[in-house]
Amino acid sequence: MTSDVQAVVAELNDLCADLEAAGKPVAIMEICGTHTVSLFRTGAKSLLPSSLRLVSGPGCPVCVTSQGYIDLACDLAAEPDVIIATYGDMVRVPGARGSLETMRGEGAEIAVVYSARDAVKLAEENPTKRVIFLSVGFETTTPGTALSVLEAENRGIDNLLILAQNKLVIPAMHALLGGGEMPINGFLCPGHVSIVIGSDAYKPIADQYGKPCVVAGFELHNMLLALLHIVRQVAAGENRVENVYSLTVTEPGNLHAQAIVDKVFQPCDAVWRAIGMIPASGLELREEYGRFDALSHFDLEMGPDVCPAGCICGEVIQGQATPAECKLFGTGCTPIKPVGPCMVSSEGTCAAWFRYNRNTARTVE
Amino acid sequence: MSERKRKEEPCITMAHGGGGEMTQKLLKERIIPKLANDLLNPLNDSAVLPQVDGRLCMTTDSFVVQPLEFPGGDIGHLAVCGTVNDLVVMGAKPLALSLGMIIEEGLPLATLDRMVDSIAATAREAGVVIATGDTKVIERGKGDGLMINTAGIGVMRDDVELDASRIEEGDLLLINGNVADHGLAVMSVREHLEFDTDLLSDAAPLGSLIDTLLAAGGREVKFLRDPTRGGLSGVLCDLAADTGFSVEIEEANVPISRVALHTAELLGLDPLSVANEGKVVAVIGKDAADAVLSACKAHPLGGMGALIGRFTTATPPLVELITRGGGRRMVTRPYGEELPRIC
Repeated sequence: MTSDVQAVVAELNDLCADLEAAGKPVAIMEICGTHTVSLFRTGAKSLLPSSLRLVSGPGCPVCVTSQGYIDLACDLAAEPDVIIATYGDMVRVPGARGSLETMRGEGAEIAVVYSARDAVKLAEENPTKRVIFLSVGFETTTPGTALSVLEAENRGIDNLLILAQNKLVIPAMHALLGGGEMPINGFLCPGHVSIVIGSDAYKPIADQYGKPCVVAGFELHNMLLALLHIVRQVAAGENRVENVYSLTVTEPGNLHAQAIVDKVFQPCDAVWRAIGMIPASGLELREEYGRFDALSHFDLEMGPDVCPAGCICGEVIQGQATPAECKLFGTGCTPIKPVGPCMVSSEGTCAAWFRYNRNTARTVE
Repeated sequence: MSERKRKEEPCITMAHGGGGEMTQKLLKERIIPKLANDLLNPLNDSAVLPQVDGRLCMTTDSFVVQPLEFPGGDIGHLAVCGTVNDLVVMGAKPLALSLGMIIEEGLPLATLDRMVDSIAATAREAGVVIATGDTKVIERGKGDGLMINTAGIGVMRDDVELDASRIEEGDLLLINGNVADHGLAVMSVREHLEFDTDLLSDAAPLGSLIDTLLAAGGREVKFLRDPTRGGLSGVLCDLAADTGFSVEIEEANVPISRVALHTAELLGLDPLSVANEGKVVAVIGKDAADAVLSACKAHPLGGMGALIGRFTTATPPLVELITRGGGRRMVTRPYGEELPRIC
């Protein structure tokens, strides 16, 4: 163990032992899917005291995308002269009648892109086709999508459509905490999202619910340090916002990005997979940009969110259950044949447990 | 798409595959002269191979890659390296390859010429001949420009015994250099995913390197495998499953360039699961490991070689990574196409 990591781990061990002895074991929620994976990938989980419980939150964009959205994307993929442009990890998410991967097998054009701007390029290169960008994700990806809409408008590209299902982190945290007593002592807050929204965005959460919020990056030492800051606050009975990723994240965030998003999108109620509708937790295109809206272009409505039988993804992403508590985990639901979205996305909690967690590993297959 | 060029550029037509004059012309002018050798030259229905001493080893592999040419290589280079490497990691001396090319109507002849040149040059480098071959032309839109199948025959060396069943607790794992370059280099030029990097595919024929490793380690080199599709983690998981031992890898010792590390991170990919085409993983008895490592590092394809881990009796048999900071996590086989993630 490197010495800087060792020092943080030692203090975490001492503080958590004291708190456990006092009958107050600590539970911390990491909201972000990238944190979920990074905590495993860097080995951080193996270094934490056993009395410190880490709970995954609803921060994997693929995992919170409703089944109705996937079904809609599949329906659109079957339309003539349509190219679906999507982030790679959406391709395998199962809907009611299959996934985009199965649609591709049936001849639909599905292009994996790395950003919304690639979809603009795709639309420009294929003027006779309608390019539909599956716009999912949190505040990290939304500015890029907004910028692409503006770019398409400026350049007169009229065959780009957006199927918007962008989500907001703070309303989701309110929804989690507003439902009654939540056995979580604090939040490890997402570095990437916070670059855009700023660390000040967590102040209402810290104040209103008395939960420490600490923004962290994704390196081993930085994540452990953030956990230590949370545990220190818990031990001292404090509830402040702290930022240990301060070279990258500022208090107000990226105001320019916020303004671009605000120009193109407006808040709307959104359905979160397996959680349900959360007020003002999503983004839709403003009326001025309505011609980019895939839903109104095809005159479609999103179907209901239906969870597959036995799947407890909803409880997993709300921190109410671990993947290992799901009867399907590792048997009926694996990355090769996923049932719920948490097993599909590389950032999904179930996929991370399946991939990295020695304690739930059956054996090398 | 970039392979289908302007009209004036001479391209493959269906007539090139008809078996008539055009086919003969294509073969005699553009392919056979570049590949000429004693086994191929009679141009019979089959090649007659010389009598050899020892057991024969045979393999086949098909190659589809988009784009056909990528930083550091092309499909022709890959088609020779891939099959040759499958022979040499078994402890075979490659003798001859077959070459099947399925060409899409519309492929520029200039592209085909470059691919045949590449095949010829790589075969020379690998010390193997193309003994027999075939071409077919398929209609536009039914193929990816060019698809290649190569089969290879080699003669097993009798001075080594490469078999995973010989692996014991304490044996060490060596890799001859940086991981993940090939997969990331190809991804960097794939349509709609283009990004600027200076990553080059590592594709290379490994015969000479493997001769060097075997000369240094002899029978103490117990197993060799090229970590192509599925990457390093695929090979390590196979080894844990086949031997019943656990594999413990030190992340800090796994060679990787900074560019590859950060590119993989950006794309949300585990570099251990990304394909390589010029790498070999060797399992070596621990007393011989230093000698084999020194020999590896002295070879042009092994300068960045390193000992990356060991076999242990931890149960159940898993692959575990000791991370740079000193934590631990499991390494699993990738489960299919690795897809760049959202954020």
